[in-house]
Amino acid sequence: MFAELGAFSVMLALVLAVLQTGFSFGGTKRQGLAGAGEGAAIGSFLATALSFGLLIHAFIVSDFSVANVANNSHTAKPLLYKIAGAWGSHEGSILLWCLALTGYGAAVAVFGKGLPHSLKSRVLGVQGALGVLFLAYTVFASSPFARLVDAPVEGASLNPLLQDPALAVHPPFLYAGYVGFSVVFSFALAGLMEGRIDAAWARWVRPWTLAAWTLLTVGITLGSFWAYYELGWGGWWFWDPVENASFMPWLAGAALLHSAMVTEKRGALGGWTVFLALLAFTFSMLGAFLVRSGVLTSVHAFAVDPRRGVLLLTIMTLAAGSGFGLFAWRAPNLAKGGVFAPISRESAMVLNNILLTAATATVLFGTLFPLISEAMGGTAGVGMPYFNITFVPLMALTALVLPFGPLLAWKRGDVLGALQRLWIAAVIAAVLAVAALALVQPRHALACIGLALGGWLILGALAELAERTRAFRAPGPEVLRRLTGLPRGAWGMTLAHMGLGVFALGATFETAWKLEAAEVLGQGRSLDFGAYHLTLDSVGGAEGPNYLAERGVMTVTRGGRVVCRGEPERRFYPTGGQTTSEVAICARGLDQIYLVLGERRADAKGEPVWLVRAYYNPWVQLIFLGPLLMALGGLMSLSDRRLRLAVGRRREVAA
Amino acid sequence: MKRLPQLFAALFATLSLAAASDPAERLPDPAQEARARHLFQEIRCLVCQNESIDDSEADLAHDLRQIVREQIRAGRTDREIRDFLVARYGQFVLLKPPFTGGNLALWLGPFAVLLLGGGLLVLRVRRQSVVDPLSAEEEQRLAALLAGAPDDTFAPERRPKEKPADDGKVT
Repeated sequence: MFAELGAFSVMLALVLAVLQTGFSFGGTKRQGLAGAGEGAAIGSFLATALSFGLLIHAFIVSDFSVANVANNSHTAKPLLYKIAGAWGSHEGSILLWCLALTGYGAAVAVFGKGLPHSLKSRVLGVQGALGVLFLAYTVFASSPFARLVDAPVEGASLNPLLQDPALAVHPPFLYAGYVGFSVVFSFALAGLMEGRIDAAWARWVRPWTLAAWTLLTVGITLGSFWAYYELGWGGWWFWDPVENASFMPWLAGAALLHSAMVTEKRGALGGWTVFLALLAFTFSMLGAFLVRSGVLTSVHAFAVDPRRGVLLLTIMTLAAGSGFGLFAWRAPNLAKGGVFAPISRESAMVLNNILLTAATATVLFGTLFPLISEAMGGTAGVGMPYFNITFVPLMALTALVLPFGPLLAWKRGDVLGALQRLWIAAVIAAVLAVAALALVQPRHALACIGLALGGWLILGALAELAERTRAFRAPGPEVLRRLTGLPRGAWGMTLAHMGLGVFALGATFETAWKLEAAEVLGQGRSLDFGAYHLTLDSVGGAEGPNYLAERGVMTVTRGGRVVCRGEPERRFYPTGGQTTSEVAICARGLDQIYLVLGERRADAKGEPVWLVRAYYNPWVQLIFLGPLLMALGGLMSLSDRRLRLAVGRRREVAA
Repeated sequence: MKRLPQLFAALFATLSLAAASDPAERLPDPAQEARARHLFQEIRCLVCQNESIDDSEADLAHDLRQIVREQIRAGRTDREIRDFLVARYGQFVLLKPPFTGGNLALWLGPFAVLLLGGGLLVLRVRRQSVVDPLSAEEEQRLAALLAGAPDDTFAPERRPKEKPADDGKVT
């Protein structure tokens, strides 16, 4: 009954999305119709939310007569993972996508009161059209509520690797980020239809971009963190196509944040900003297509069951094609913005955009090249080494020029003046590199450059902050007054840029100087890694709600002092017959000791021994702290009153 | 039809440990072992998804590691080992595609984007920042303005010096 109501509710959402599109486009001239369009947008969201709620309900009560639940859930699974199972499958995650899509549409309808009437109608019209595409796909090709004729007594369960708190909340963040760019896409198309891409338009686009980018940052970080501790060998980024699919919209979104600023402040780069806005959501859709169509496994696997893949590809081509088509038609007529000198903040922003676009292109080429090659009969593969050689230098260049940007004035900047303010940062960064080269063993010159760049980013951001507050030059109270008076947007920028530097430090240090050791140990035996001494005290059995485990008790000492006691597990899930390892992690300052209990073997005498691995991951916490700082910066910037000005103005009028 | 969680699972199901560091497989010479580990990271586990044989616990990865270690022990160079593997399994076995033929597009693409973008920026900045130097007449006017003299530049009789751009185009 509930499942049928859920399926009906999605159809209702589809009908409302059709109405939203028609009313909104029809209502660009007529107020009444536009109001109906807004109502339909809100209704479409509520209907999707109801169906999503019913899907979660089916998972919670383990209704195995629903195929989706039977394939992805199990009665013995903890409640959190039953709920998370709702977006663990193809059908469920597409419904989550639709929920975010209609949710953003409803948000524009509700919060966009200050928008010019016709612009708002057109945004809702485009958003509605996107909703029609994806809701129709859900209704006709990917219903999460399909019933089974013979309901099984027990479900097939969710892959145990995915039964993890970080991964349970990872998809909602990721999808909210992905789909957040749909609003920006809709704004871009609406702006093109209006023929006006100006500062006011950019001011409306920026908060949505910021929100989407911030959510995507959190989503990607959660996924990376999950990979780090769940996969059992301490890797945190694999340049896997699934990761790349989420990284491309993030990079395009980061570029868009900066170019939209130029459009907002100086009215320049309007066409380019629109292009990036279209690109960001196109990458989101490309990600959905790559991950959801099966094309990643192999072009041939895709060809075996191509129906959904072809449909997703069609949806993507339709949406992106009409977007870029309209862009090609209308963009040449857009007003050219203000002029700027070669050395200016505008130029710095454009340089940032060029570098980020080239970086995005790297990820795109690396992700698609194997598919193209395979489709053409070749066998080329692309893996981590390619990205390390192409992507990392581009990012290093970005980091090198980044601190100059905020210190250059709009229109015409003074690079010598900026250097004067940055020389202390440059000197400290260089000293850091030299010190690392001299002190840290083994020697690693490239990593020292990476450290210097990380330090340069952090200190450069602080130098800019000092410049704004006149620190070290004005008397204390004035500095304090300036510091508290800084707009939140400025804090956001400082935090985000520092976050990038923090990440660079962590990523460099961890990659270059991690320690690793593996031995086959019996109970009471030990191994050494670096200055650390690990003893496998004992191994015992343990039982969880839906798994059996062997649990090792390990003690790590340094110079005779105990620094870490860990109990890593090797878990066996009988439902699916899978084995996972649950690592034990001890934090030591910025570093982590990472302990893994591996498979059980028998030694020469037939006594049980275990493969034990120990890692010392220096500065690894910075890898996850950095992106969180970036997200915090995004949030801070989002709360800037400038971005809420339209809302504020309305309140003043009302008061 | 693959699904995201299953995809992740397939990716990492066999990846629960950095398999290559298994002490049972190691070469006795640490320098040779280090070389082997370095090489493993460039070689794909063909039956896994996007994994190097350094990370994979699959049987094939184990066999490939054994082949590489044996060849290193036999004194082959990295290049010879790579060539051997490509001859046997095709280019797909390399995670780092060689810098030849069609792969050039892959390797040079990002830098082409960089050059293109840089070129467009230079063009735009040059086109718009060309400011003509002041003519002698304008210099005089500037000097007069600075001296505080009244400006008669826009007096009616001197105004139509330039023709409107679209003049004469209307038929």
